[in-house]
Amino acid sequence: MLKRRQFSAAAGLLLCTPAWSQFRVEISGVGATQVPIAIARFRDEDRAGQAVSAIVRADLERSGLFRGVDAPAVLDETAQPAMTEWRGRAADALVGGSVSRLADGRFDVRFKLWDVVKGVELGGQSNAVAADDLRLAAHRIADYVYERLTGEKGVFSTRIAYVTRGGGRYTLRVADADGEGGQVALNSPEPIISPAWSPDGRELAYVSFEKQKAVVYAQEVASGKRREIANFRGSNSAPAWSPDGQSLAMTLSREGGSQLYLMGRQGDAPRRLTNSSAIDTEPVFSPDGRSIYFVSDRGGSPQVYRMPAGGGNAERVTFTGNYNISPAISPDGRVLAYISRQGGAFRLYTMDLGGSGSAQAITDTSDDESPSFAPNGRLLIYATRAGGRDVLMTTTLDGKIKARLVSTTADVREPMWGPFGR
Amino acid sequence: MRRTHKIVGSQTFETTGAVHPAPHQSKEETAMKAMRTAPWTLAAVAAALLAAGCSSVKLDETKPPVETARPTQVQPGAGGTSAGTSQSQVTPVDLTKNTAAQQGNLPRVVYFDYDSFVVKEEFRPTLDAHARQLAANKQRKIAIEGHTDERGGREYNLALGQKRAEAVAKSLALLGASETQLEAVSFGKERPAAQGSDEAAWAKNRRAELVAR
Repeated sequence: MLKRRQFSAAAGLLLCTPAWSQFRVEISGVGATQVPIAIARFRDEDRAGQAVSAIVRADLERSGLFRGVDAPAVLDETAQPAMTEWRGRAADALVGGSVSRLADGRFDVRFKLWDVVKGVELGGQSNAVAADDLRLAAHRIADYVYERLTGEKGVFSTRIAYVTRGGGRYTLRVADADGEGGQVALNSPEPIISPAWSPDGRELAYVSFEKQKAVVYAQEVASGKRREIANFRGSNSAPAWSPDGQSLAMTLSREGGSQLYLMGRQGDAPRRLTNSSAIDTEPVFSPDGRSIYFVSDRGGSPQVYRMPAGGGNAERVTFTGNYNISPAISPDGRVLAYISRQGGAFRLYTMDLGGSGSAQAITDTSDDESPSFAPNGRLLIYATRAGGRDVLMTTTLDGKIKARLVSTTADVREPMWGPFGR
Repeated sequence: MRRTHKIVGSQTFETTGAVHPAPHQSKEETAMKAMRTAPWTLAAVAAALLAAGCSSVKLDETKPPVETARPTQVQPGAGGTSAGTSQSQVTPVDLTKNTAAQQGNLPRVVYFDYDSFVVKEEFRPTLDAHARQLAANKQRKIAIEGHTDERGGREYNLALGQKRAEAVAKSLALLGASETQLEAVSFGKERPAAQGSDEAAWAKNRRAELVAR
């Protein structure tokens, strides 16, 4: 017993900092082309309280475009790495860096990225951050590496919102895109659903049942200031921001039936968009702001439809299956993600809106809910059930790389990926 | 579950042969009594079940009847030290009854079929009684809270629950309640009455509740 404890203590010192051992991203699947990249431990990162290099590696792996290669030792940005040695480890790229405590208590996080194949430096940065923002600094490094090596913007420094349920409480949280570092935005004894980020990432609209009915609120994330957007007779739900952030589409039952309305960002001037005797709900704007996708059972079963953002003729979008709900549109407007019931299983599907209209299931789970696109359109976050709990997953659009986000105790659900720009 | 109990009941009668079920008693109650009066019957039941090849019957499924047999009425004076009252007597105070009294002791839940918002005929008398009470007291207001089972999306279920609540509200209005007394709202699948992922739990959760406001 004693021997074993001594061994694990030694292993802990050798292999990881305490933060590393808390860090769990379970990744499954293999992508077609993955860049093998080594992220060495940064000098003095173990003194900073955040395993910066491990966060960078997990970020890159979760994207599906990178495969982590183990690095044996600390490597800082001033080093002259022996490229032949790194080629021998089959790494195409290499990152090293350091974390130094500044006199004012902040941390200076520096790194350098090398192209191992060509044997050249690709660049580096220095970022001085408060201790609270060390995870953010790590995510920014991952974004830099991702953009340098893929040519596309990374989403690792963006944020997600989600709802946890545990101990009889419902909590709306805002966390890093990897699900870590969650902070409480709203605590309630009653359910909270359907959080929606404003396009500038400053506000969250959501549905709260604190008044014993569904009421839509908007809340400034930084200040906690909140306002009622819609509290009409009946239920008020499914808020969606227009791309310009000036209005919200939502579902109201104020005139009987669940119908779509458009209103100002202060909850002013509600205007009815749909006129059906069916359920119309879950509106979401196309990225150009011209169309609204929504769910309606006007044809006898819930299907995804599309109509002009000002209302008007709706055309049906989904045709396969008799239960298609929760539409999300990729930032380029080309892909529809939604939940489809097939044989009693609720699965995440993607559909090509560009022309073929072909749809495919991209999970093999059976309780998928609430898909939301990353702002670069390369990943989806969604809720599902695993081990008897509600959990959050990210997946590449082809479904090949999935990662389960960290959850400590409670049920986690209703994820919504925030915009660029933190 | 229910069928299992019936099997237990009938097996008990056959084995003991001494207990005659009274017409007003259910078979389960009779079975409980049989168990209380003759403890060895349990063994006989078990043996009978084994003999009948009921290997799928779980032990805990025979528990509820035994447990519910506990609150046996204590006769006043029986075993008590002071004359007249028992030291074991407990007089229940039931606050749920008081709440029910405010609502006129009427059932206040209407159940629905899967993916349906049709108010079934069996709930008409209940709604009729509620409507008459509302008509008699125009100050009273109620919320009709629609609910769904756990299957499917949260927002679509919220809309489906809303449809159920509105169907009940419409019935109440047709039966004499004023629309200003009624607000139809929905909790979707967010507030289940029963936990579990089987038809028994789902059936209890597909409902509309009439709640005083």
